[in-house]
Amino acid sequence: MNSRILNIAQKYLKILFVVFGVLILLRGHNYPGGGFIGGLLASLAYVFQGLLKGADKQASKSVSNGLYLGLGLSLILLSVLPGFFMGNAMQGIWWDFSVGGWDLKVGSPFLFDVGVFCVVIGVSQLFFYSLSRY
Amino acid sequence: MNIVIAPILLPLVFLVVFVFIKNTRVGSPLAILGFGLQFILSVYLFYQILNLKIMVLQVGGWQAPFGITLVIDQLSAVMLLVSNLIAFSVAVYSISFVDKYMVASRFYAFFFSLVLGVNGAFITGDAFNLYVWFEVILLSSFVLITMGRSKDQLEGGIKYMTLNLMGSLFFLAGLGLLYGKTGTLNMAHLAQIVRVNPEAGLLNSSAVLFFIAFGIKAALFPLHFWLPASYHTPNVTVTALFAGLLTKVGVYALFRFFTLFIIHDREFWFLFLSLIAVFTMLVGGLAASIFYEMRRILSYHVISQIGYMLMGLVVFTPLGIAGGVYFMIHNMIAKTNTFLISGLVKKVNGTYDLHQTGGLLKSHPVLAVLYIIPALALAGFPPFSGFFAKFTLIKSGYEDAHYWLTSVAVLTSLLTLYSMIKIWNKAFLREAPSPNEGFSCVKLKIDELLPSAILGIGSIVLGLGAPFFIDYLSEMAVNMIHPHNYIQAVMGDLENLTLLKP
Repeated sequence: MNSRILNIAQKYLKILFVVFGVLILLRGHNYPGGGFIGGLLASLAYVFQGLLKGADKQASKSVSNGLYLGLGLSLILLSVLPGFFMGNAMQGIWWDFSVGGWDLKVGSPFLFDVGVFCVVIGVSQLFFYSLSRY
Repeated sequence: MNIVIAPILLPLVFLVVFVFIKNTRVGSPLAILGFGLQFILSVYLFYQILNLKIMVLQVGGWQAPFGITLVIDQLSAVMLLVSNLIAFSVAVYSISFVDKYMVASRFYAFFFSLVLGVNGAFITGDAFNLYVWFEVILLSSFVLITMGRSKDQLEGGIKYMTLNLMGSLFFLAGLGLLYGKTGTLNMAHLAQIVRVNPEAGLLNSSAVLFFIAFGIKAALFPLHFWLPASYHTPNVTVTALFAGLLTKVGVYALFRFFTLFIIHDREFWFLFLSLIAVFTMLVGGLAASIFYEMRRILSYHVISQIGYMLMGLVVFTPLGIAGGVYFMIHNMIAKTNTFLISGLVKKVNGTYDLHQTGGLLKSHPVLAVLYIIPALALAGFPPFSGFFAKFTLIKSGYEDAHYWLTSVAVLTSLLTLYSMIKIWNKAFLREAPSPNEGFSCVKLKIDELLPSAILGIGSIVLGLGAPFFIDYLSEMAVNMIHPHNYIQAVMGDLENLTLLKP
């Protein structure tokens, strides 16, 4: 596809999709959202790029090597471990930080969410590129 | 009790590792290491269960009817032990039979995810979670079937996928109805509700849906068509793995559901199941006798033997249940072994077709010995596991006055013997019909023979250790028929939650 409008718009849309995806991911802890839907949104950025440049060129090495997939699965595995050693397996463990007056609560479920985010990006790209090749 | 989740976590670790590793040189030893560790873990869990009887983990610290519970009881422990033994020996076998293209398409990642699903199905105490593990098994097995990218593999894979998805649909529908009626999907909680609520007969609609779902998974008689359509197409490593693990998960689910909470209307259900068992045994045995392709014969045999396991459930005495489970573990080991041997026969003779094979007794006597162990075990000859399994089942059937069922079981035994002798005669005993120079001088390597030897030793140990196993399984069967310990261990003191939904 060779459309100048889409080509220029894509540069800005890409950032928008990724930022919006990450926002949805972060918001997902207490409100609707989360890793799955955020990952779908973020993967739109790559899908747009693929539509413009052609799937074959876009099918980067990170996808075919399963980088996102492996990273996501490792994060999910990591999120199980704190509970495994500090209580019941898969139990949420929370750590309190305060950075410059901000009270941050980081917990192992967040790792799980990020893991799902990465897996969804990896898998949706895999689907998209392998389907558009035929 | 965090160790309970280890049979799920360990394959997951290796699954993640094998997303990155795609070459054979590193992959094969690492896979063997992984399955070896899993086997050691399952032996450790089995040893723990000998003393503890039951281990429970409330995942994430959520109490039983609200969260997901993982339970290893005596049935789960023995199933874990045997399935991980099979996975380990198939992993050793895969060194020679899985080419580098399959490893590059992440064969081992899907192998681990299949075993992850099987382990998960065996240890979960939650009906919906069981559905999720079934889906994990289904997805990874579909990829494994079609991995060689040939046309018949795709055909077999699509038949397999379609019919098993139907099964999942029925399972999910049954779960939905069950949740609507009882307000819980925790198996122990369901068992508790069913035992005190006089309206338990209303669960029958779910029970029928569950029967269809597990019937498809386990390849029971009118629902078995996907199995012979797909099992002869993939790489022989994959077929051996499927024969050992897949259908048995369905049978395991039947045993779990029909002892724990589908216990009403016993007259109807057990008459119905006994008819299904009779037809499954006969149809599988008769169909196997007309084929001359080794993997097809063995696939129909898988179906025929499922009937025996169901027979144990039909008799429903402690001896019957013990016999059914004993038959299941015997069959998992011996059946996988015969499929492994069929791959070796193919390697030496160049074909699975029994019209063209021959002369293996002279050229490869070790292979002949390795074949005769599982063959005699399946046919039911005394020093091997099959004799004690069939003896226990037939004795229990006879004592409980299931004369028809028992006589069909004896008859099917003859059909099994016929098929095993057919393979023995055509592939091993007779001279090769056309001496094929290229193939007959193939030397089998030690890593090709070792897995069969491991499983053969498994059959012998299971046979010679029959007193120990029968004792263990009888105690397990009593605990399954009267699951008070199971309910107590999972639900704790929450007796006031019995009627969650009025």
